[in-house]
Amino acid sequence: MTTLRLAAVHGKYLLLETTRVPIAVISALAFPALSLLFFVVPQQVVATNPLYATQAVISMALFAVMANALFSFGLGIAEDREKPWDPYLRTLPVAGVSRVLGYVFSTGLIGLVAVLPVIVLGAIFTAAEASVLSILAGLLAVIVSALPFMLIGVCIGYSLPAKAAIAVVQIVMFGFAFAGGLFLPPMLFAPWLDTLSTFFPSRQARELVIWAVQGGDLHPWVWLGMGAWIVGTAVLALFLYRRDEGRRYR
Amino acid sequence: MTTLARLDHVTRRFGDVTALDDVSLEIDSGRIVGLLGPNGAGKTTMLSLLQGLRRPTAGTVELFGGSPSDHRTRVGLGSTPQETALPPTLRVGEVIDFVSTHFPNPVPRAEIADEFGLTELLKRQTGALSGGQKRRLSVALAFVGRPKLVLLDEPTTGLDVDARRTLWEAVRRQNAVGATVVVTSHYLEEIEALAERVIVIGRGRVLADDTLDAVLDQVGMRMVRLTTDAPDALTGLPGVVSTRAEDDGSHTLFTRDADETVTALVTSGLPFSGLGVRGASLEEAFLTLTAQPELEMI
Repeated sequence: MTTLRLAAVHGKYLLLETTRVPIAVISALAFPALSLLFFVVPQQVVATNPLYATQAVISMALFAVMANALFSFGLGIAEDREKPWDPYLRTLPVAGVSRVLGYVFSTGLIGLVAVLPVIVLGAIFTAAEASVLSILAGLLAVIVSALPFMLIGVCIGYSLPAKAAIAVVQIVMFGFAFAGGLFLPPMLFAPWLDTLSTFFPSRQARELVIWAVQGGDLHPWVWLGMGAWIVGTAVLALFLYRRDEGRRYR
Repeated sequence: MTTLARLDHVTRRFGDVTALDDVSLEIDSGRIVGLLGPNGAGKTTMLSLLQGLRRPTAGTVELFGGSPSDHRTRVGLGSTPQETALPPTLRVGEVIDFVSTHFPNPVPRAEIADEFGLTELLKRQTGALSGGQKRRLSVALAFVGRPKLVLLDEPTTGLDVDARRTLWEAVRRQNAVGATVVVTSHYLEEIEALAERVIVIGRGRVLADDTLDAVLDQVGMRMVRLTTDAPDALTGLPGVVSTRAEDDGSHTLFTRDADETVTALVTSGLPFSGLGVRGASLEEAFLTLTAQPELEMI
């Protein structure tokens, strides 16, 4: 109980810290929504076709979650590591799990909130359609899909200083977004790119959420690949976290 | 009197560097303990072991009879960040509330704010505070949870004299109502103002562990600086432990009793000019002391 209560407290104050710099939150909320307005809505072929439009909205929602997870964890942790506030927090009577959950709660909430304008704009300006139940199933899939991105963020945060982390996060974010078919649908990909794309967590996330919202087949590579990314990045994150503890205080 | 913390043959290495070398000591409830030593002596390492931030390479560290790396043990511990580390966007009141939620019976916000002179600042973001105000808040955080043991790492570094006094008074009041305090410093003055028991550490070892007066006798040194044509005669002056030639041609004497040394200097009729006397920093005192073989192990 205490663990969860303190996780909520840490999450609350992390959110408070973030919202005190409103531009950071606004950009997290506005970026995916604007991307939808600029890149999806004007393309009549996509915007007027319910199937494609829904997939495009899902892609942008995932982009929102991915960008938020990578930035919050990658940059957030890299920055926190450079501040002496972090070792102070570790002297308080609070379990490490509570602190990590605090990060997940705060980041997760902003990520989910960033999805809402995408869904609303998608519903108003495109032919995208989904039942309330499908949307809820989709949100659940989005939460699962966010895991590898959060863990990749953790790895970046613990292995790089903040300035390097910004650059790497941006490259990873746009690379993953493009390779995963979040900007251009994979059906426009050349066959070799389409094959390569299936190895990216962003592509796997896209397929998982589309399956949750629209139904259809779920290829084994989707959940196998996602499982592999989650396990792989979790092990790496743990290793980097431990290594960091020894190195930080030299 | 109960034992709050115990280090038993503790060694901590960072790679090739030995930060603490076979240190054993106990901290009992009650008095303010000063942990004195030059930069890099191992003070912060010792505190971080007690805070559970690091584990010893060898030996055991006990806090309230348990392990400091168990977060439940740390409920009776109050710490303060070494640098002014407060999250700049949070308000003073929010930071106090946030830290309070970690403890079962925290001091009410108004009370702790009043004690450390923060009442007018509660609505301020910590990024807008002055250096002294940040320090007061940092130290206040250590006392929010009604701790049995408080570790203060260089609490007044960089503060002006007034701010330093105010903070010392607050720490003494907290000690009087039941918090045992360990304070590290490389300023002898700070230790003199606060501590009754003083542990001197240098190069990772305990050099002295005694009452304040006994330790002052060992490391309290003054520096006398002057320019003279006959530097060789300086070494023979009473009280002088060592001399050092400076780049500008002047000489510095390290002395246990500056009054005696200067009186003797004047009576001796030695020609000199530009006389100045100041307290030696602990680091300077240590460099002088440890340079002498017979004082190597105090």
